[in-house]
Amino acid sequence: MRTSDLLQETYSALISNKSRSGLTILGIVIGIASVIAMISIGQGATSNIQSNIQALGSNLLIVMPGSSKGVGSQVRGGMGSATSLTIDDSEAIEQEIDSIKTIAPVVSSRKQVTSKNGTNTNTSIYGVMPNYFSVKNITAELGELLTDLNINNLSKVAVIGPTTRDDLFGENSDPIGQKIRINSQEFTVIGVTVTKGGSGMNNSDDLIYIPLTTAQRYITGSESVSMINIEVTQEKLMDQVQQEISDLLLKRHNISDAASADFSIMNQADILGTMSSVSGTLTLLLGAIAGISLVVGGIGIMNMMLTTVTERTREIGLRKSLGAKNKDISTQFLTEATVLTSLGGIVGIIIGCLTAFLITKLGSLATQVSLFSILLAAGVSGLIGIVFGYYPARRAAKLNPIEALRYE
Amino acid sequence: MIKCEHLTKIYKTGDTETYALNDASFKIEKGEFVAIMGPSGSGKSTLMHILGALDRPSSGTYYLNGKDMLNLSNNDLAEIRAHDIGFVFQSFNLLPRTSVIRNVILPLIYDRKTAPEEREDRAKQALIAAGLNKERWHHLSNQLSGGQMQRVAIARALVNEPDLILADEPTGNLDSKTGEVVLATFQNLNDNQGHTIILITHERYVAEHADRIIEIRDGKIVSDEKNKRKIVSAIDKLS
Repeated sequence: MRTSDLLQETYSALISNKSRSGLTILGIVIGIASVIAMISIGQGATSNIQSNIQALGSNLLIVMPGSSKGVGSQVRGGMGSATSLTIDDSEAIEQEIDSIKTIAPVVSSRKQVTSKNGTNTNTSIYGVMPNYFSVKNITAELGELLTDLNINNLSKVAVIGPTTRDDLFGENSDPIGQKIRINSQEFTVIGVTVTKGGSGMNNSDDLIYIPLTTAQRYITGSESVSMINIEVTQEKLMDQVQQEISDLLLKRHNISDAASADFSIMNQADILGTMSSVSGTLTLLLGAIAGISLVVGGIGIMNMMLTTVTERTREIGLRKSLGAKNKDISTQFLTEATVLTSLGGIVGIIIGCLTAFLITKLGSLATQVSLFSILLAAGVSGLIGIVFGYYPARRAAKLNPIEALRYE
Repeated sequence: MIKCEHLTKIYKTGDTETYALNDASFKIEKGEFVAIMGPSGSGKSTLMHILGALDRPSSGTYYLNGKDMLNLSNNDLAEIRAHDIGFVFQSFNLLPRTSVIRNVILPLIYDRKTAPEEREDRAKQALIAAGLNKERWHHLSNQLSGGQMQRVAIARALVNEPDLILADEPTGNLDSKTGEVVLATFQNLNDNQGHTIILITHERYVAEHADRIIEIRDGKIVSDEKNKRKIVSAIDKLS
């Protein structure tokens, strides 16, 4: 059998069974396209989270109470649960350590918040100093931010995030001057922050900022702080400053062994690491979904190929009786399977990339199509298509021509 | 051209052995028109499969054009089928949704001899010889009537210019009138073009179109003689 004949036979076999060929190709297309789209979403989400973290600023150190390193023989409280960090610690750091640009202690708590008109929401309450807004790059969309005067007077005022505003007062309303109740205390809304696009672990749009002193007095009722944000002047001083803060706090808390510290200091790299493991899990999840679609697509391809060959057993018998050798038959079916899977593969890759592109265009997530996902999807589907197109054909080609001809 | 001696084919199912063919010996010369006749289960299909190089006997010898068919490999048998034998089946076995011309060309793809440019001409000659109306040549196979399909199948059997044409119940799926036309086509191929034709049938009136009738029953040849009626009618025509 000449190569040109082989191609001609393949062409006419596929054309004379348009719907069957079309369905087989469709199965391959769906398998490949879904894998590519899924993996692109996973990778887009990962890099989205990472860029969000980097946007927080790279010179940031965060001191939190409680130990984060739970490994050891002693039982320790979970990170952030202890009350070992106080506002005095924050002031001591500010006074005794150089190279600190700003220091912003935070008291945080989650509370039910109600507005005057009865709507309520459960959200994070952040007790902050005015400099917190500059550390975090937060500006006001409406009204104003907290001032030193609010701190000193223990004012019951609140700056709320746009999402919280939408929840409590309705979308895009102006809540300035309205009252809200937190922990049965009445607060006056004085400002709304500019939306930062909520994503990652903390949605910075769904928050209420109140003066730190007010929070300690009326919300938590203790002198402790939940977190101290420290902006270091230069990135290369990060490690040094982190060490100095650690030494200072150990001294202040009368702890001799650094391993049993009642606080922990995280830098940007630590946070990034935590987030990466989160997004890694996300990618794994999407990968699993993609894997399932690959298997489902593969089984579809397998079924199509098996039925095709079984349906055509008589044709195989006829071709053999007209003088076709076993090799001629198996080569023809292999070529058909290859053509079908390549056509489906190309269309699948195009549709997969297009889907990823559309998600980027229409949604907020910037997807990333990787070569790896294309190779994985095309490779697995191609392999399944060719193996299950070729193997039954080879078996049919070995059949006695009489049996093949009689096959119903 | 064909020489068979003591052909035997045994099928084993469990412990029982069935003789599909039992010690059949005969010769067929070039240019003969032979009918192999017998009821269903008599072994005539087995005999055709062996003669058509689709199957091998359990024992005995079969020479086609002097070649010992028992010692050939599967690929050699495929080549013999491609060059020396043309099949016509009861159920036509055309490729569905494929044009008449492509169906007839099909054997030429496997014979490794005919140049691609010559194929269409050869197919047209074969279609003329099989008597298919020219306007049907570019129709799809499933747009034809039974009689037309069988003519396409005959043309496909002829296109390789084989030494031997084997027709297995070629009229079995046709009404008697169309059957007559198909049988007349075989007659014509035998008379005018000298093709050797073996016709397998279970009906005597079909067998009587041939010059010689081999009757087979339970795997054994029970009679092998010239078709007297045809000779008589030929003499009648002459005188």
